[in-house]
Amino acid sequence: MSSAAEIAAERKERRRSWLLSAPALFVLLFAASGPLLIILVYSFLPPGKYGNVEWGFSLDAWVGILYSRDIFDGTYKLADAHLTIFWRSLKLSLYTTLFTFLVGFPTAWFIATRSAQMRAVLLFLITIPFWTNLLVRTFAINQLIRNEGVVNTFLIWTGVIDTPIQIVYTDFAVFLGMTYVYLPLMVLPLYATIDRFDMRLLEAGCDLYASRWQVLRHVIVPVVKPGIIAGSILVFIPSLGAYVTPRILGGGRNMMIGNFIDLQFGAGRNWPLGAALSVTLLLAVAVALFVYVRYATRDDNRV
Amino acid sequence: MSSAIAIETRRALKEYGTGSHAVRALDGVCVRIDKGEFFTLLGPSGCGKTTLLRLIAGFETPTSGQILLHGKNITTVPPNLRPVNTVFQSYALFPHLTVADNIAFSLRMLGRSRSDVLQTVERMLSLVRLESFASRKPQQLSGGQQQRVALARALAPEPKVLLLDEPLSALDLKLRKEMQRELKRLQTETGITFIFVTHDQEEALTMSDRIAVMRSGKILQVGAPREIYNHPVDRFVADFIGETNFLSGRVEGDKIRLSSGELVAAETEGHSGSVTLAVRPEQVGICPAGTSDSLTAEIVDTVYFGTDTHCHLSLADETELVARLQSPPSGNIGLSRGEKVGIKFNPGAVQVLNE
Ligand SMILES: Nc1ncnc2c1ncn2[C@@H]1O[C@H](COP(=O)(O)OP(=O)(O)O)[C@@H](O)[C@H]1O
Ligand SMILES: [Mg+2]
Repeated sequence: MSSAAEIAAERKERRRSWLLSAPALFVLLFAASGPLLIILVYSFLPPGKYGNVEWGFSLDAWVGILYSRDIFDGTYKLADAHLTIFWRSLKLSLYTTLFTFLVGFPTAWFIATRSAQMRAVLLFLITIPFWTNLLVRTFAINQLIRNEGVVNTFLIWTGVIDTPIQIVYTDFAVFLGMTYVYLPLMVLPLYATIDRFDMRLLEAGCDLYASRWQVLRHVIVPVVKPGIIAGSILVFIPSLGAYVTPRILGGGRNMMIGNFIDLQFGAGRNWPLGAALSVTLLLAVAVALFVYVRYATRDDNRV
Repeated sequence: MSSAIAIETRRALKEYGTGSHAVRALDGVCVRIDKGEFFTLLGPSGCGKTTLLRLIAGFETPTSGQILLHGKNITTVPPNLRPVNTVFQSYALFPHLTVADNIAFSLRMLGRSRSDVLQTVERMLSLVRLESFASRKPQQLSGGQQQRVALARALAPEPKVLLLDEPLSALDLKLRKEMQRELKRLQTETGITFIFVTHDQEEALTMSDRIAVMRSGKILQVGAPREIYNHPVDRFVADFIGETNFLSGRVEGDKIRLSSGELVAAETEGHSGSVTLAVRPEQVGICPAGTSDSLTAEIVDTVYFGTDTHCHLSLADETELVARLQSPPSGNIGLSRGEKVGIKFNPGAVQVLNE
């Protein structure tokens, strides 16, 4: 008997919650999906002469991701330059993820096992880099490692080397920069899970004949796995699309996908190719994520 | 004969912290625990029970002294190399592993063959009656079930000694009673030496072969439950194990003159001067006032406990005393407040403790 009034109230409640979320939904729909849709459409259009696009249908951009057309005889060849850029992006992102994990895990463990007071201070220190602009920080790294920079000057001054070591404008410099930039994104989720880790499990493992290494491998890592997954995703995805760091530390030659896309919309004057590359990157990330999460959360916890 | 001894501690001393902040948790504990024994460490919170267990498990090394396992000095051997397992108070089950994999953990660490692991896990599951829960995660089990998994996990590698740190304290009363019997059964079936920690004297009395009563890092008395209960060495042990009436008096030949001026018979040999008498409430009998060889007392209060009725009495000098009487079928023992009665102690029930 109460139902009619209750249903009406419930419906009103539901309508109101939709209304309340409308602004966010509106922004998401138009600011995220809108541009994405435009990019998708652009990737199927022919390029304009001076940038922009023309109306028509063309698969050139999609073919152009992997193949380049010889301007003389019109045959298609595998575009080695593109493949190099893709491979570099993937390699550097994987290295960055792995290295931030190797460095971030002990760091997070250290922080999580301090006293509450100390933990607050250390977490605060971890977040300090976020206070300055990424561009500024990356230029600062450049200042450190360039040929006339602090590191080389010091090494020459102390007589360790005669000529500067070429660090900047190499893949290594990009890797170094990205590791620095994304390290906090690895440490924070790792810290969050390690903080909840029951330290008594260490004694339990040790009591049950596991060596220190086996405790790490069979108790700690599986239990803090959600943090490892979260940290890896948070580092890998922005690494793959990195733009500022490879631009400043990699120079013009050591491009990553992000810079390559930028190039198509700028000097390259090939918007459709840029658009197709963007969509490819998006899909690659989605597939990588899907595979990784499926693999990582698979119930392979058997010792 | 040393081959019958599972664990021996030689003046085990443990201090936490250093310098003026040092806390002495164990103060030179010497104890020998026989093979196949159900040995209980009993004492109030903070007396060092956990510390002693952790020294035996290897989680801590003693500041001085030695720990011997089957006659071998294992004082500095790390826990993963000691054939000793622990059932943790918090269970500490691995949350990422199923019940079966929790039990299999130690076997896999020891590199046992696949078929061996499977067989042992199956045997352990049936031992603790959890066959149908093999593929559950610990979070999906009740407290009592988790407790049994913890037991099975610690028993699976067939340790020489099993350490149990207040394993039942998180369970409710009914489950606790059930698990007490279960533990006793497991110990008898496996024949493994159990070292069991509790602060519950009743639990200690019902389960143990022998009990060590501890206080402030020291062992005060070691003995079988009956011995500890009936012949406590001092006032602390008498008070901690069960309820006790304490009366003060002086030795006069083969009798003791109480502070109320009356005489009671007791085994006075080896005692002189001021002594304390300990009498269990159930050893106090009530008779009509003026019966020969009885003490005069006045009923202060009676409290009904179901099977028993506790009768609070006061002697001539106002010394308080409790008598535990079996409740009659009517439930009313027929004594009222202020009534004068006589009291008698059962022969041999009066323990004389030096002051
Ligand atoms: N890690 C530690 N650091 C400092 N003091 C401790 C530590 N562990 C135990 N203690 C102290 O040692 C004494 C004995 O503790 P414990 O062995 O845990 O007693 P129980 O298990 O009988 O309650 C207590 O006074 C306790 O405060
Ligand atoms: Mg304790």
